Amino acid sequence: MTVNAQAATNLAIRLRKVEKTFGKGESAVRALRGVDLDVPAGELTMLVGPSGCGKTTLISILAGLLSRDRGELEVFGQDLNALRRDRLSAWRRDNVGFIFQQFNLVPQLSVAENVSVPLVLKGESVGAAVKRADELLATLGLEGRGRSAPLKLSGGQQQRVAIARALIHEPRLLVCDEPTSALDAELGRRVMSLIRDRSHQQDRAVIVVTHDDRIFHLADRIAYMDDGLVRTVETHDRSSSETNSDARPGGHST
Amino acid sequence: MFRFAIKMLFGDSAKFYGILLGLGFASLLIAQQASIFVGLMSRTFAFIGEVGHVDLWVFDPTQSYVDEPKPLRSTALSRVRGVTGVAWAAPMYKGLLVATLPDGSRKVCDVVGIDDDTLAGAPAEVVAGSIADLRMPDAVMVEVGSSQQQLRFPADLAPGAVPAPGQVFDPKGPTRAVEIGDIIELNERRARVVGLVKCAETFVAAPTVYTVYSRAVTYAPPSRRVMSTVLVGANEGVAPDALAARIEEETGLAAMQPWDYSMRTLGYWMRETGIPINFGIAIALGFFVGIAIAGQMFYNFTLDNLRYFGAFKAMGASSRLLLGMVALQALVAGVLGLGLGLGAVSAFGLNAAGGKLAFKMLWQIPLIAAGAVLVICVLASMISMWKVVRLDPADVFKGA
Repeated sequence: MTVNAQAATNLAIRLRKVEKTFGKGESAVRALRGVDLDVPAGELTMLVGPSGCGKTTLISILAGLLSRDRGELEVFGQDLNALRRDRLSAWRRDNVGFIFQQFNLVPQLSVAENVSVPLVLKGESVGAAVKRADELLATLGLEGRGRSAPLKLSGGQQQRVAIARALIHEPRLLVCDEPTSALDAELGRRVMSLIRDRSHQQDRAVIVVTHDDRIFHLADRIAYMDDGLVRTVETHDRSSSETNSDARPGGHST
Repeated sequence: MFRFAIKMLFGDSAKFYGILLGLGFASLLIAQQASIFVGLMSRTFAFIGEVGHVDLWVFDPTQSYVDEPKPLRSTALSRVRGVTGVAWAAPMYKGLLVATLPDGSRKVCDVVGIDDDTLAGAPAEVVAGSIADLRMPDAVMVEVGSSQQQLRFPADLAPGAVPAPGQVFDPKGPTRAVEIGDIIELNERRARVVGLVKCAETFVAAPTVYTVYSRAVTYAPPSRRVMSTVLVGANEGVAPDALAARIEEETGLAAMQPWDYSMRTLGYWMRETGIPINFGIAIALGFFVGIAIAGQMFYNFTLDNLRYFGAFKAMGASSRLLLGMVALQALVAGVLGLGLGLGAVSAFGLNAAGGKLAFKMLWQIPLIAAGAVLVICVLASMISMWKVVRLDPADVFKGA
């Protein structure tokens, strides 16, 4: 049972008693009931739990897509609730990469254009951004596919395009929603290896929401959620794959 | 990102062509119906424009439009001539008379009698013959457009020939256009075609026949009042509007400059007929069809792309940028749709030129069509923009 000491001293994300409620009155749904979670930089953290437990709400708040109702949240030292909407958009643009479950690749754009979107949003010219996209695609095994239409690629290739889009602007926080759900076991493993490789830098963090227990072993840390709370956090030592489960009831070990 | 917005628009070809079709159809309907309306209404006063070099038209004050038969006493001419500032005044006859053709068929003709001496009121374009030939006995000139189409002669009757006594023509037999030398009867009086003239199509779709005033009144049914109008030229240095006021004051007749008389005529047809309403309905229909088709298509296009806009928003695109993308898509679709529609209308107009179909595209009509398309695009994109602004970027995690 070993905690990555270096990472623990360098928190990418810190949540304390974070709450989020949707709706009002009798129809109100308390999605998060006071979440505490630390996500160290340089680690890959997985959020797991049953449907409706609050995973999507939590990553939306972490990524600055939703605001919390109560509690404290700092992402790389930034309180996201303190940012106005336009500043928050700019913060996401500069700091967050997204890998969506449905890929959300724009079918009318070429593969390279899809990948280049984050750079274009940062103000880079389309030509330069597409060139960089081609280079990145080549490192992901998609050399020469930049001009293809996304829908002509296989599911695994589309997922790699989505990964390239999430990484091209070198975000500090990578948020992945079920990145392997549409992939077979082998592809899922390869995709997760790509994502994991990107996480092990001191100024980066990767959050992966998943139900796929085939990839749990790739996590540095697994936060088990249920009923709007993080019930258990397991830590894995990278070298030994040992786990460290907290003392809360319902804790898991791998 | 704007380049990507255009690619997104062009890339969804089914919806893109649907939007183009809707906007093109809307601008086509609006511009075409408006052009036909303008063309049709222009014909109501086209005759006034045909008469060149006239400063004033003098007519019965109760006359509402140029074709309305409200003849004047012959003394009106001398009274007008007596008004200070009048350089010349010429009588004109204009009325519908029955023409009998050699095969016995009858046609109602719009007969115009112009001043014998000055030939003032003659059409500007003579296709064959000379206006001065109207001074020859029984001479008339016919308009080559509607006249040649409606005043048809038996093909086996040579130009200038008179049917032999008892000669009968097959009413369904081959015919030819009227030519110089042909003889017709106007109110059972002989009229010989000495020339062909070209005039603008008028609202009265009867063949137009020109002759001199003195002969026209012999064709017309006997009456104490036969003179339709008095054409007036002002002395040099005399303002036509001041002269008109003087003529009205001294003669009790109405006097108007050609443009004002045209507008009086137009006003009558606009007020007293359902033509503006009918065309207005057609134009409104085009507008609403445009909203229904293009608006719906554009809205669906935005809805289809909402998840991508959501992804862009999550990735840091501001609402303002996304709105700009939607606005650009609407603008490009609008410009292309408008071009498509106006191109089709122009082709239609070129094809209709010189034909029976009334078509006149004023420079304001494309602007009106552009304005209507702009409104359609703004309405369509506003609904789409509303969806984009309300779009919660967190929805991108909810899956398709």
